[in-house]
This record gives sequence, C-alpha cells and structure tokens, in this order.
Amino acid sequence: MGRKLLTEHIKVPGIRNLDTYRKHGGYETLKKALGMKPEDIVEEVKKSGLRGRGGAGFPTGMKWGFLAKPEGVPRYLVCNADESEPGTFKDRYMMEFLPHLLIEGMAIGSFALGCRSSYIYIRGELMYVFHILQEAIDEAYAAGLLGKNILGTGFDFDLNVHCGGGAYICGEETALIESLEGKRGNPRIKPPFPAIKGVWGCPTVVNNVESIMAVVPIIRDGGDEYAKIGIGKSTGTKLISACGHLKKPGVYEIDLGLPVEEFIYSDEYCGGIRNDKKLKAVVAGGSSVPILPAELILKTAKGEPRLMSYESLADGGFQTGTMLGSGGFIAMDEDTSIVKNLYTFTRFYHHESCGQCSPCREGTGWMEKLLHKILDGHGTIADVDLLWEIQSKIEGKTICPLGDAAAWPVASAIRHFRSEFEEYVRNPQNIKKDHHYYRVNNINPELV
Amino acid sequence: MPKVTIDGHTIEVAEGTTILEAARMIGGEVAPPAMCFYSKLKTSGGYCRTCIVKVTKGSEKDPRPMPKPVASCRTPVMDGMEVQNKTAPDLVDARAGVVEFLLINHPLDCPICDQAGECHLQDLSYEHGLSKSRYDFKRREFEKIDIGPNIKLHMTRCILCYRCVKVAEQVCDTRSHGVLYRGDVSEISTHIEKALDSDFSGNVIDVCPVGALTDRTFRFKSRVWFTKPVDAHRDCKKCCGRSVLYMSGQEVLRVSVRKDTWGEVENTPEGNPGWLCNECRFEKKSASDWTIEGVRNIDRHSVISQNKYLEVKNLKIDVSNQKLIGEKAHN
Repeated sequence: MGRKLLTEHIKVPGIRNLDTYRKHGGYETLKKALGMKPEDIVEEVKKSGLRGRGGAGFPTGMKWGFLAKPEGVPRYLVCNADESEPGTFKDRYMMEFLPHLLIEGMAIGSFALGCRSSYIYIRGELMYVFHILQEAIDEAYAAGLLGKNILGTGFDFDLNVHCGGGAYICGEETALIESLEGKRGNPRIKPPFPAIKGVWGCPTVVNNVESIMAVVPIIRDGGDEYAKIGIGKSTGTKLISACGHLKKPGVYEIDLGLPVEEFIYSDEYCGGIRNDKKLKAVVAGGSSVPILPAELILKTAKGEPRLMSYESLADGGFQTGTMLGSGGFIAMDEDTSIVKNLYTFTRFYHHESCGQCSPCREGTGWMEKLLHKILDGHGTIADVDLLWEIQSKIEGKTICPLGDAAAWPVASAIRHFRSEFEEYVRNPQNIKKDHHYYRVNNINPELV
Repeated sequence: MPKVTIDGHTIEVAEGTTILEAARMIGGEVAPPAMCFYSKLKTSGGYCRTCIVKVTKGSEKDPRPMPKPVASCRTPVMDGMEVQNKTAPDLVDARAGVVEFLLINHPLDCPICDQAGECHLQDLSYEHGLSKSRYDFKRREFEKIDIGPNIKLHMTRCILCYRCVKVAEQVCDTRSHGVLYRGDVSEISTHIEKALDSDFSGNVIDVCPVGALTDRTFRFKSRVWFTKPVDAHRDCKKCCGRSVLYMSGQEVLRVSVRKDTWGEVENTPEGNPGWLCNECRFEKKSASDWTIEGVRNIDRHSVISQNKYLEVKNLKIDVSNQKLIGEKAHN
C-alpha cells in the first residue's frame, strides 16, 4: 500500500473549502515554514530529492538554487497549471479537489524564494477549475493566509490566477512566460533561462502543480523523510493518471519504484486490462514519450522487471526504453491500432505547433498528412521510410521540446510496430473504416 | 576575449559575439547560411534553423559537446569553443532537412517571382536542396494582400522568418504588423489588413529573404538581372538617402537599400543601418533625383552580375560546332 502524501484527504467531502481543509491539518505547514529561514526551506527541498513532476524530471531544489537574486529586482514563482498533454490529467484533478494545497505550496515556495507576488497560469479549457481556484484564493485572503502580514509574521504575499487561452505550447515555460506577459505564446530562445530573465525580465521559477504541492509534505515531514520513499534518485510519491483500456482508470498516487506490472494488474491500482484482453502497448508518461510494446514495458531489455521510476523507465535509452514524463499512463489492449493512435497524436502536435521554427511547423503537418495517407489505404513502403526520415530531421532541431515531443511517438511506433505500418500499406483492403474513426478524423477538409 | 574555432579556423572575438557573427568574420564557406537572422534587427534569428552548427567542445571550462545542434545566430561564443559547420556530414544532412522543410510549402514559382535572382531561399536550395520534392500533398496557399499602395504581400511564398515583423517593431514608429494564427497556417498580416502606414515600412521588402514582400512599383517590370544596379545618394531629411538604383537605360526601375555580402543593409559612415524612407524608395523614380556614384559592385557569383560590365569577357562564339536545327534556324 503506497503512502498518500498528496491525496490523503482528497475524498473528504467539502475539502475544497478552507474550513474543512484546515480541520485536516491545512496551512499548519505554512505556519511552520514561516517560522523557518527561507534558505532552510530550499535546503529541505534539495534534501528531499524532489524532481520536477511536469515531465523533464529536473530536481526542483536545484532549480530553486539557480534563481538569480539581484538586489532591488522582484522575483517570481510561477505555477505551470497548463496541463494539456493527451493522457495527463493529474493536475486538474488535484486543483479541482484540493485548491488550498496548491495555495499553501505556492505560499511556502514564494516565501523560500523571496517572491512578493506569484502566479498560477492555468489552461484556458479548465475554466471551472479557474473559478474553484479563484474562490479558494478569495477565502484565503479573507482568512489572512494571503495578502499583507500573513499569520502575523510580516510576510506579504499576493497570489494571482491567470487563465491562458488554451494552447499546449504555453505549457513550455518560456512560452508560458510570454503568454503571462500578454504576448503571443511563442517559446523564447534560451539562453537566457527564466532563472535569470523570466517574467518581465525578472528572475523566475516555473514549477509544475504537483511539484509545488509536494513541497507541503516535504516541509511538514522533513526532506530526509520524503527522500526515504521511492528508489534511488526517484524519491517520493508521484501522481499517475492512468487511462486507456484499463479496468479502473483514474489518478493514482504511487511510491516511485512500484513495478509497472503491479500498477497495471493489481486490484489496488488499475485492476488489469478491460474485458481481460491482452496488453499490447503502453505510453508511460503522456503522449510525447516513446510508446513501448507490452514485453518491453513489463520487463527491461535486460530482463529485469520495469519499475515506475525515472531511471527504470528510461533504461535502454530510446531503443528499448521510454520516460516517466508527466505521468500520463495510456494502456492499449490487443485490438488497438498503433497507426491510428499515432495519427491522433500527430494530429494533435500539428495543431498545437506554434509555427515559430521551420522543422516543427512544416514537419508535423507533413507527418500528419503521410499518416492520413497510410490510413486511407494509399500509402507505400516509401512513405513509412519517409516518415522515419522526417521525424529524425525534426528531433533536436527546434527551439522548444515540442518538436521532440512530436518526433518521439512517430519514431517509437515505427521502431516497435513497423510490421503494422507495412500491413496497412500491403493490404489496404483490410483497413476497417469504422464510422466513428472517420467522423472524428475527417474533419480537416484539407486532407480529404 | 574568447577564442573560438570554427571548421578549423580560430578567431578571437569580443565577448557576447554569436557563433554566426564569428563565422562571418572568418568569412567564406565557414559562415552558415541564415534566413531569419538579421544583425541589424534586435531579437531576430533562431527561427529558421538553417544556421544550425555542431558544437563539439562547449568551452575551455566545460569541454562537453552540446547534445543538440544549436542555432549559431543566437548562441554566444565561449572561450575555447570548437564548432563544426561544413566539416560535419551529419550536420550538413540536418541542414538539408531544414531546407526541405522550408521548401515543402513554398510554391517554387521562381519563374514568375520578382525575387528570383536575389532570393536567399533559391541560393539555399541550390546548395542543399533535393532535385525533386518528396512532398506530394497540396501546398499551403493564401490570397495576395496589398499592404498599402506600395507593398504586396504574397503569403504563399513566406517562410515565416519574422524579419519584417522586427522591422515593423524596431524601424517603423508604429507597429501594425505581426503574425496571426499558429502552426503551419500562421500568416504575416497587418492589423485587419490595415496598410502599413509608416515612413520606413518599405524596408520590409529589403529584409524579406524570399519574394513574399515585393515592391508594387517594380512588380513585373523587369527581371533583376536585366537591370543595371548603380550606387546613388540624395539629401533626404528623413533617411540616410544612400541607395542602389536598379536602372534600365536612364529609367530607374527600383530603389533599394545597399546590401552587404550577407544580404543585410549596409551601415552608413556614421555606423547606423542605412534604412531608406518611403519617399526615397517609392517616389524618387527619376535619375535626376539622385546623384549617381557609379556601378554597384555585385558579387560575381550572383546571377545579377551575369553578362554585366564589371569584367566583361569577350565571349568567343565558335559557330563551327553549332548544329542547324531546322532549315531556317539561322536563316
């Protein structure tokens, strides 16, 4: 049984309200944190080994340590709540039910970093969560937990929620900063990094919702205690949003280091594959990480059991491994068409490309068109090879990681499931053109 | 002063110089091509990715190579940095990929494009492009838009280098020019197709690396290599008044800024970029308006200098080897 550090009280009725939240120990950690020295809080986070939960897995404490602290310039902590990766929905769930946990985490983080005002940048589609957060912030202001002289400690802190327009690219930290400033959400060219020049040219830290929430149990129990959970450099608990052909999809809090097999098949978690079918493939960390066939996700290439941790999932590089990413766990049963699934992902990246740099702008559209051609039964083997070539020309050549995110699913699908592409090409008469698929996918008149 | 080695050539440059600028100081083949970077425009560059280079040694302090190819126009040099451009075959291959991406949605209508002959994308595709496109889908198309009385926007040809957006931001006094939409349907546009109304708006034509922005007073008048470029100047209160006139006989067909080896606007003797105002560019279309300094020195490899006056070689035509095609071919 995994520990519940974040989701312990999530099922309590009315936990969204301040009174109930405080009854269950809410804001006690903030009180404790305001009695500590800011440097000690950063030190605790460093000790905890907490790694960014947004996808890249960069150590949060180290990120906080990099923040430039010039005299007379304000600093900002920005919470990245622009969660839009297909398959990932952990932050939405947490913010919907535990908005005060995020507010508490933001207050602690801002105190540690010396920020006087901070922002939560929330995705435009999550308007109802935006209202929940705003309500919670109003409650906190009224109770003196935000604003001037918090809890009588003399710490002034303002928290703002900013609603984006609904663009996947604004989850990239520099695009998020541009959007927050009121500009077009295009990623900036790095360097300078946000830790030196971020929001309005001031030093900024951008953290994922889950990373900021995890600061609360770290300060409550101490960094060393948090570091005891997990395995190796993957410490603590992680929220996994499991979806796809599972018996019990949903958001689960797991101890990092849980075997993947246990996560899929045990009744405590996903409970196995829907209709007791066989597992075919898994996308382990949101749509942008490489897809792995069942035999490689359950066991590494060396034959060791694969664990839910940053290192174990990445074992074998991209040849036989994948990434933990943001924790969007998509399981697919034996009836799933990898090519159709890949088309859906590629269509998404084409739609969300910002259009700033050429490989991603042109390449994602090209890949989508090629996949559509293959699915329509007009593909050739040369198209599959071309697809491989295009993804290799996009990967690593772009300003931001969206290009890589668009290229990796294509690369891994061809690497592990090439025979399926060839089947589409060789036997187009066998392609099932079911109505649902066509209704959903032929909406783009340019491609018909 | 940091020392940087690019393709085996070592150079010492000032702190903060980018790899591309250092490579241009060495010159020749070492300099990577750049479609979106424009040294006279701040924050330009980084978009087109043609200038990518491979950094095999980060710096003296941290000799690790950089994991990905970097955009040389936006990466400052470090002391002891080692860079590969032409000498890395995988990089040349990657650049060819970028060129292919730039070309898949380009209409390749060079035969009817006013930019042909001085088009950077043309040069780039001669150097890196494939002989045949692998893209067999419908290309992106847009309506042509008139931006004011003098400028034509042909968005179909655009490669979204953002140079004109930076001109609107930094050279023109009001900004009414930007990018709409996103991804591969994004387009350059003026605010609700409002005319770019600024004295310096004409400079967007000169910074455009392709034929997306063209001079309406010159459109379809002549191929650029049939004109004679001459250096000229005039006293202008608004701008520097230093230009190149593209002439045919005594007629001035087009007025443009003076461009350097890298296709960028030349600096005036005072050291400012020599942008031209719209009056000089679009209205002073008579040779008597200008003081002509002499012929423009055009790179002899450029198509514009072909059959021209710099070093006119006597063509020796050997008629004896020519075959008659049809009876009356030579009459």
